[in-house]
Amino acid sequence: MSDSAAPLTTADGVPLKVSLRRAVRRSKFKALLLVSPLLLFLGIAFVIPIFEMLSRSVANPEVSTSLPRTVAALENWDRQALPDEPVFEALVEDLREGQAARNLGLLASRLNYERSGMRSAINRTARGLGSMEPPYREAMLDAHARWGELDTWKLIERESSPYTMTYYLSALDRHLTPDGEITMAPDNQQIHVSLFWRTFWMSGLITLMTLLLGYPIAFLLANLPLRHSNLLMILVLLPFWTSLLVRTTTWIAILQSQGVLNDMMVFLGVIADEARWQMIHNKIGTVVAMTHILLPFMILPLYSVMKTIPPSYMRAARSLGGRPFLCFRRVYFPLTIPGIAAGGILVFILSIGYYITPALVGGQSGRFITNYIAYHMQTSLNWGLAAAIASILLFVVVVFYLVFNRLVGVDKVKLG
Amino acid sequence: MTDTLEAQSATPAGAGQAGVDDAFARFTNVQKSYDGVELVVKDFNLDIRKGEFVTLLGPSGSGKTTCLMMMAGFETPTHGEILLKGEPISGLPPHKRGIGMVFQNYALFPHMTVAENLAFPLEVRHLSKAQIKEKVARALAMVRLEEFGDRRPAQLSGGQQQRVALARALVFEPELVLMDEPLGALDKNLREEMQYEIKRIHASLGVTMIYVTHDQTEALTMSDRIAVFNDGVVQQLASPDELYERPENAFVAYFIGENNRLLGEVSERLGDDCRVQLDSGDTVIAKPVAVGGVGSRTTLSLRPERVSILRGDAAEQFDNQFTATVQEVIYLGDHLRTRVSVCGNEDFILKTPNAQGFGVMRPGQQIQVGWSSADCRALDA
Ligand SMILES: Nc1ncnc2c1ncn2[C@@H]1O[C@H](COP(=O)(O)OP(=O)(O)OP(=O)(O)O)[C@@H](O)[C@H]1O
Ligand SMILES: [Mg+2]
Repeated sequence: MSDSAAPLTTADGVPLKVSLRRAVRRSKFKALLLVSPLLLFLGIAFVIPIFEMLSRSVANPEVSTSLPRTVAALENWDRQALPDEPVFEALVEDLREGQAARNLGLLASRLNYERSGMRSAINRTARGLGSMEPPYREAMLDAHARWGELDTWKLIERESSPYTMTYYLSALDRHLTPDGEITMAPDNQQIHVSLFWRTFWMSGLITLMTLLLGYPIAFLLANLPLRHSNLLMILVLLPFWTSLLVRTTTWIAILQSQGVLNDMMVFLGVIADEARWQMIHNKIGTVVAMTHILLPFMILPLYSVMKTIPPSYMRAARSLGGRPFLCFRRVYFPLTIPGIAAGGILVFILSIGYYITPALVGGQSGRFITNYIAYHMQTSLNWGLAAAIASILLFVVVVFYLVFNRLVGVDKVKLG
Repeated sequence: MTDTLEAQSATPAGAGQAGVDDAFARFTNVQKSYDGVELVVKDFNLDIRKGEFVTLLGPSGSGKTTCLMMMAGFETPTHGEILLKGEPISGLPPHKRGIGMVFQNYALFPHMTVAENLAFPLEVRHLSKAQIKEKVARALAMVRLEEFGDRRPAQLSGGQQQRVALARALVFEPELVLMDEPLGALDKNLREEMQYEIKRIHASLGVTMIYVTHDQTEALTMSDRIAVFNDGVVQQLASPDELYERPENAFVAYFIGENNRLLGEVSERLGDDCRVQLDSGDTVIAKPVAVGGVGSRTTLSLRPERVSILRGDAAEQFDNQFTATVQEVIYLGDHLRTRVSVCGNEDFILKTPNAQGFGVMRPGQQIQVGWSSADCRALDA
C-alpha cells in the first residue's frame, strides 16, 4: 500500500491526476472534432441569429449616428424651452450631411415610430435645406411646425442613446410619453397584447386537444400486440411524411363553407344551405388544423412513457380491489404524467411559434403573434419591433422550459 | 373449435382431487388457449383445501402463470370451471374476487410510498383513516419493515420490495393469496430467508396460498402439496416427500431432485417386482410403478443417494450389483459426487458422504455399486 499522503503516480512518475487529465483531454478533443460541423452550423444558423435578434430589439443607432452634432449640442439643454440657435445649426448641418449620404430615411422612420409627423418634418425640411440661410432657428420653424414643438426635441434627446426599450414597450402596446413615462397606447391601437393572449390561450387549447385525442392513441400504441401497434404507429407518423402545406390546405378543402363537411351537413339536412358553418379563416380553423398537425408531438412522448409501464401495475391494482377507473386514476395516470408534461410542453412551445398554419387558415381572428412578427418583418419593415416581439416569445418559451424542467425534468422526455 | 376442446376435455377429473367438501378453491377440467391453435393448459384439475400451501412447479412455459392469471381473473379459461368456496367465479371481475396477488416483478406502485402502497387496497375498500393506519402498521410489522413506510419502492432493496409486495397482498386479509415466482429475482441467501418468512406468515395467518415457482428446492421446502406441471398437464400432485420418494412418471422423477436414468424393456414380472432388460444388455430388478406388461419400454429412475459403493466385505447385499468405472469425482465439501459409467449410462451419479471409511476414488478405477430393487422405480418410457 502506498503512503496515503503522497499523490499517486503512474509507472513513469507522472502524477496520476495529470496523466488522467491528459488522457481525458485527448478523447474530449476528438469528440469535439466529430461534432464541430454541427456546432459550426448551430452557431451560424441558431446562436448568431438569436443574438442578432436580441440586440436588434434594443438597438437604437439612428439618432446617434445621423444627428451626432445635434446630440452633442443638446447635452446642456434644460428641456424647459425650445433649444437655441447652436442646436438648430447643428441639426441643419447633420441633415445636410445625411441628405448627401442619402440615409435620412432610416432616421425619419425611426422618429416617426415614436411621433407621427416626424417623417414629413424631416423629408420636407431636407428638401429646403439647400436654400436655408442663418439664423437657422427661424428658418427651421418655418420649414415645419414639428421643429417648434418641445416634444420633438425631447424625443430627439431621449432617442440619442444607442439603446432603447421603446420596441419592447410597443410590443406590449405601451409607449413613452415625451416626459419619459410609460403609458398604454390608445385602445384602438392596442393589438399585440391581445394577440399574445390569443396565442397563449389558443396554444393551450390546442395542447389540451392533442392531449385528449392523443392519450388513448398512445395507450393503444403501448398496449396493443406488436403487429397492430406497428400499423397504428405508421398511421401516427404518416403526417410527418406529408407536406405541412398539403395538410393545411386539406383542412381548407374540408372546412370551408363550400367544403366537404358543410356539403355533407347540408346534404344530411343538419344545416340549411344558407346557414353553412364558418369553420375556416377563424379560430376554429386554426385550432382544428394545428391540433391535427401537432398531434404526433403529443403522442410520441406519451407513448414512450406508457411503453415503460408494465401491465402488472394495473393488474396489481385490480387484484387489490380497485375498480378499473379508480385503478387508472390512482395508478396508471400518475405514472404517465411525465409523458403528459413532455408532450404538453413540446406541443405548446411548437404551437406558440407556429406561423404557416395560422396564416393560411386563421383568417383575421385566428392569427397568432407570429403572423405579426412576419408582418413587421415584411410589410411594415419595423425590424426592431419584430425582434422585440420575437424576443418576448423566446422569453416565454424559456420560462416554460425552466418551469417544466423544475417540475418534471427534461431528462424524462423521450421520443419513441 | 369448441368441439375439439370438448373432446379433449372428456377425461374425468384427474388424480389429486381432494374431497369435494373441503375444497376451498378448485379448478375443474380447465383448458386455456391464447391463439385458438395450441392449448397452453390442457386439462387442469386441482383442489385446494383451506389454509393449504400449494405450489405449481414446472419448467418455463408450462402454463403456471396462465393458471394463476385465470384464478385471479386476468385471463378467462377457454373451457372448464374455476370455483372459489364452491362458487364459480368466471363472471367475477378481478377486483371483486378478493384474491391477494404477488407478482413476479412485485408491481409495487413506484409513485407511492410503501405505506401508500399498503393503504391502496384498504382505501378502495373505504376503510376509515384510523383503521387504515393501524392495518398498514401491522402489515409493516409483520414483514419487519416498520421503519420503511415513508420510502419509495425504488429506495428499497430487492428483498425489502418483495416483503412489501407480500404485505400488500395480505393487508386486506384475503383468504387466498397467489404468488407468481415472487423470489425469482433474489439471490440465494435472500431467497432462503424469504422462503422462511413466507412460510412463517403462512403458518401464522392461516391463509391459503398458491405459489408458482420453477425452483424445485423452493417447492420442496415450502409446500404442503406440489402440483408438478408439464406441457399444460399436472404430472403429479403430492406432498414433497411423496413426490421425491415416489415419483409416478419419468418427468417428475427427472424434474424433482437428482435422478439416474436407465432405459430398457420389461422382460419379466416377478410378483411385486419386475425384471428389466437394459439397452446395454444388463438386467435390473426394479419396482414397477408405471409400466405395461412384458415387452414394454420403461425408464428406470434411481436417486443417487440410494446407490451404494460396495467395499468387498460383503456386509451389504443388494439385488442389483454392477461393476462401474469412475469417470470423475467432484468434491463438494460435505459430500462427494462421483460420476461413473455403469449399465451403459455414462452420467450415472453417486453421492457419498465425505466421512471416514470412504476411500479416495480416482478416474478410471473400477468399483462395485449396488442398489435395492425397492429404490429403483420402473416408470414410463
Ligand atoms: N398473453 C399471451 N398470449 C399468447 N401466449 C401466451 C400469453 N401468455 C403466455 N402465453 C404462452 O403460454 C405458454 C405458457 O405461459 P405461462 O406464462 O403460463 O408459462 P409459465 O409456466 O408461467 O412459464 P415461466 O416459468 O417461464 O413463467 C407459453 O408458451 C407462452 O408463450
Ligand atoms: Mg410465469
